[in-house]
Amino acid sequence: MSGSVGIRWNIARRLLRNRLAVAGGLVVGFFFLVAVLPALFTSQNPDRIDVADILRPPSAAHPLGTDDLGRDVLARIVYGARVSMKVGFVAVGIATSIGLVLGLLAGFHGGRVDAVLMRFVDIMLCFPTFFLILAAIAFLSPSIVIIMVVIGLTGWMGVARLVRAETLSLKERDFVAAARAQGTGTLRIVFRHILPNALAPILVAATLGVAGAILTESALSFLGIGVQPPTPSWGNILTVGRNYIEFAWWLSLFPGLAILVTVLGYNLLGEGIRDAADPRLKGR
Amino acid sequence: MNRPLRRAILPPIVMLLLLAACSGGKQESEGKGTSVPDIPAYGDAIVEGSIGGVSGFLTAVTSDASSHAAAGYVFSGLVRYDKDLKLEGELAESWEVSPDGKRITFHLRKGVKWHDGTPLTSDDVMFTYRRMIDPRTPTAYGEDFKQVKRAAAPDPHTFVVEYARPFAPALASWGMHVLPKHLLEKYPDISKSPLNKKPVGTGPYRFIEWKTGEKVVFDASPDYFEGKPYIARVITRVIPDQSTMFLELKSGGVDTMDLTPPQYTRQTDTPDFRKAFNKYKYLASAYTYLGFRLSHPFFKDRRVRQAIAHAADKKALIDGVLLGLGQEATGPYKPGTWAHNPNVRKYPYDPLRAKALLAEAGWKEKDGVLVKDRQPFEFTVLTNAGNEARAKTAAILQQNLAEVGIRMQIRTVEWAAFINQFIDKRNFDAVILGWSLTPDPDQYDIWHSSKTGPKELNFVDFANPEVDKLLEEGRSTFDIEKRKKAYFRIQEILAEEQPYVFLYVPDALPVVQKRFHGIHPAPAGISYNFPKWYVPKALQKHRIQP
Amino acid sequence: MLRFIVRRLLLTIPLLVGISFISFLVIHLAPGGPISVGTDMNPKATAETRARLEAYYGLDQPFYVQYGRWLGRMATLDFGDSFSPDGRPVAEKIRERIPITLTINVLSMGLIFLVAIPIGIYSAVRQGSLFDRVSTVFVFTGFSIPTFWLALLLMILFGVKLEWLPISGIGSLEYHSLGTTGKIADRARHLLLPVLLTGFTGLAGMSRYMRSNMLEVIRQDYVATARAKGLPERTVVFRHEMRNALLPVITILGLSVPDLLGGSVIFETIFAIPGMGQLFYQGVMSRDYPLIMGILTIGAFLTLLGNLLADVGYALADPRIRP
Repeated sequence: MSGSVGIRWNIARRLLRNRLAVAGGLVVGFFFLVAVLPALFTSQNPDRIDVADILRPPSAAHPLGTDDLGRDVLARIVYGARVSMKVGFVAVGIATSIGLVLGLLAGFHGGRVDAVLMRFVDIMLCFPTFFLILAAIAFLSPSIVIIMVVIGLTGWMGVARLVRAETLSLKERDFVAAARAQGTGTLRIVFRHILPNALAPILVAATLGVAGAILTESALSFLGIGVQPPTPSWGNILTVGRNYIEFAWWLSLFPGLAILVTVLGYNLLGEGIRDAADPRLKGR
Repeated sequence: MNRPLRRAILPPIVMLLLLAACSGGKQESEGKGTSVPDIPAYGDAIVEGSIGGVSGFLTAVTSDASSHAAAGYVFSGLVRYDKDLKLEGELAESWEVSPDGKRITFHLRKGVKWHDGTPLTSDDVMFTYRRMIDPRTPTAYGEDFKQVKRAAAPDPHTFVVEYARPFAPALASWGMHVLPKHLLEKYPDISKSPLNKKPVGTGPYRFIEWKTGEKVVFDASPDYFEGKPYIARVITRVIPDQSTMFLELKSGGVDTMDLTPPQYTRQTDTPDFRKAFNKYKYLASAYTYLGFRLSHPFFKDRRVRQAIAHAADKKALIDGVLLGLGQEATGPYKPGTWAHNPNVRKYPYDPLRAKALLAEAGWKEKDGVLVKDRQPFEFTVLTNAGNEARAKTAAILQQNLAEVGIRMQIRTVEWAAFINQFIDKRNFDAVILGWSLTPDPDQYDIWHSSKTGPKELNFVDFANPEVDKLLEEGRSTFDIEKRKKAYFRIQEILAEEQPYVFLYVPDALPVVQKRFHGIHPAPAGISYNFPKWYVPKALQKHRIQP
Repeated sequence: MLRFIVRRLLLTIPLLVGISFISFLVIHLAPGGPISVGTDMNPKATAETRARLEAYYGLDQPFYVQYGRWLGRMATLDFGDSFSPDGRPVAEKIRERIPITLTINVLSMGLIFLVAIPIGIYSAVRQGSLFDRVSTVFVFTGFSIPTFWLALLLMILFGVKLEWLPISGIGSLEYHSLGTTGKIADRARHLLLPVLLTGFTGLAGMSRYMRSNMLEVIRQDYVATARAKGLPERTVVFRHEMRNALLPVITILGLSVPDLLGGSVIFETIFAIPGMGQLFYQGVMSRDYPLIMGILTIGAFLTLLGNLLADVGYALADPRIRP
């Protein structure tokens, strides 16, 4: 289908012209690399406790200093990137999958199914998301898996609505009608025609979702129910570092910057994709 | 039961920075105020910082430390702990224990008045006792009072209680705050009475106002039976965040708070800080431990538990978690108290000895991990989420144990779920928790083999017939020497058996603005004589209209 | 239109019942209960004590009985009594926290509107310019920064180092003795940082929305027509573009209604503000079922109401969409 490929190429080109989005993308790529190949960035063990070396400022041996148990901060941030990314990606993966399925169902079948599903979305939206997450984790157990699942289970509504809107509008288009007339199966129509067009908004939602998940994890850590130490996550390093901000600034500056820069990167990238893909916003 | 729990207790409080005068005595101020006459004066206000808010003023129906601390300003019990942690009379001028130990006769002070002017009589004590055992009162502290066989108030200033058997902890239980009958008798459920929100008591301070979640204000009571307190007003501000509270302390928004070890060691060493504040340090009444599920196949063997005790580097724990501000725990008692036995078997950090014991127990090393019957030595330790000290303790222990070939996983659980899902159902391998200690050494509920039911405190399932007998002996006599012998022997057995690895006792680290004089550190801490604290006239900061 | 509104209002009731039922179910499935929090690990609390307390709170009844009781009370707008030791009515506890939360939310929302709308519009008009890019980074920084970190930094700067603002709390100790202007000034000084921070973090959403709306409008035919007619640029922007871009803002207002009573537990913890966020959080942690249900129900009601207002607003604004 050269039509949709052509559209996608245009989107990519527009995206690349947006310098902020490119910067965001580079940041995202960088931290992705850090998460996947930690050995490239540090040779120290992030869990190695050394009680004699507590809260030391940055030095040759420890470029970003040591934390409250003498562990190397750089190593913890590098491995923390992995944890934060994992949380972000899995949570968003879950949310996107659920949203995709429900949105497609609603949009495609319309009628009763649509009404019921949208009511369900409305009900879910009535609950304050952060508190749902908080309550769920408090009730269960603050393990990484639970955190990922809960963030995912409470974040699918936006994707569902987007996908539903796309499906609804595409359903009536000519090429879908033609495909139907040809007798193409529903699944095929979904995969070949609807999904590619819905890709952009889903991608936007996904990047913004990862950003949100990383921030949520750090908020949960502040409250004591995020990823639990000694597993390093940017959120829990920052939370501990907060207490030492006046005399051990490195323990809060670096994780704070890491979160800020990464989340900012995802947000700019997501915004950039949205701008590039929106047919209404053709550049001047 | 009485004085603010967080102003804990015991051994020689060391006053850092200034002259360490263990016998108390005058405070010397550096800088401003050295030439000020140090005469007790009435006036000024003290602002305390508190992490938690008050949920009610009637101690019987609340269970959090903040509420109990606030209630302590307004209410009094029959007895309380003095500066050496011995029981002394508060509302009771004196008391006698009958020779058979079953009857206690309290002689109440005369002339004590409730804050609304009504005189206190033994009727109020009787009323308090009846309500504590009343099923309509939602209290968690009724158990001690249910042991009473008979209570009588033969005259307005005498109160007599009889027990079925001599019960040593009984005396301490009468530290419970006495309630005003004339104000509460028409409320079947005292937690719903106005007094829970606007208390009227016999304590040194009167209640003025409560803004929930924000602050509580008390003013000195002019006819307090021990003399009007010098400090005219007490304000407790709720500041849920420790870092925020410290900032408030430095900027004068708060006059006193409890410091964390890093705040104590690293953030308060400047000359400016020392000019403005006095720091205090003394052992707190609590200890942290690693508890084993004694029915677990690995931990059934005593040698394994002892090995782990040798593998744990307690000095590293104190240095790492407490920044050196604490002491090793060798048993369930605070060093320096009369019941503490300093001569029990100790477990110094000795990984080699640990490995030897484990080998004796049948564990062989293979690729750095211990294995027995094809099973690796792996277990999960449980602790409550959000507690930084326990998380750090777990992390250090994890590293210690890895060095002897034991793999320990750490899992944290939210508190409310902890007990129900894991402890009660014995769904755990080991836990890292802590106990806070009351001055009375009776620990029947924690170590007796009968206390292993759901929600009961002997959740490790410790069962030792000799300890059982000693526990019963310890609580059924008022003779200190006899009790001491029993508790000493209990500690010897616990040290041998190691149902817990006793880890550390932390220090309490309160800090008070320098203008407050009259603080005399003692085994009980610093706030046992709070009504006698004062600010010399020239240093007073707040003008309070009496 | 009227029929539409009435129909939606009627729908609200079964929806609320459904939501409350789900909430009740979920809360009761949670391990632990209000009693555990006070009696666990308490040597003085025995099994008997616990049984007594359970009966006292009605927790010994089966689930549907408890729910039925709650629902019955709610029908008369009786929120019941809190399970926390002070046993005060839930309505009272919520009511005393609403003013401060509402104040902070309204003020920060006002701030957001005041700042985000102009930024959004200007960014759209000057798309791709330096202003557009700088403002984009600015608003997204607000959105991306861990709030508790920034709060502490600002607190140290303004409260300790510069001593311009108080560090925490919502009023000085001498609040009572101040005159009315004194009181307002005192309150303002205490709320300045929380409001600024809440506003800063919320800028991104609003300004991007305005920007994209404005961009869309700019490309509309009628705007091109106006330009072709030779109207001055300013008129085109203000009279035609802005007005149409602003209409959806009304719907945003509607959707913001439920947020008015929500507090950020993080902000409130750091700034020692006794607001709805902390109330709810503490309720969850101590399994204070009536309190949790009360707040969730109010929240659900406001969300549904807000949705209704947003839909009505949208319909009014865009004549093409009349139900």
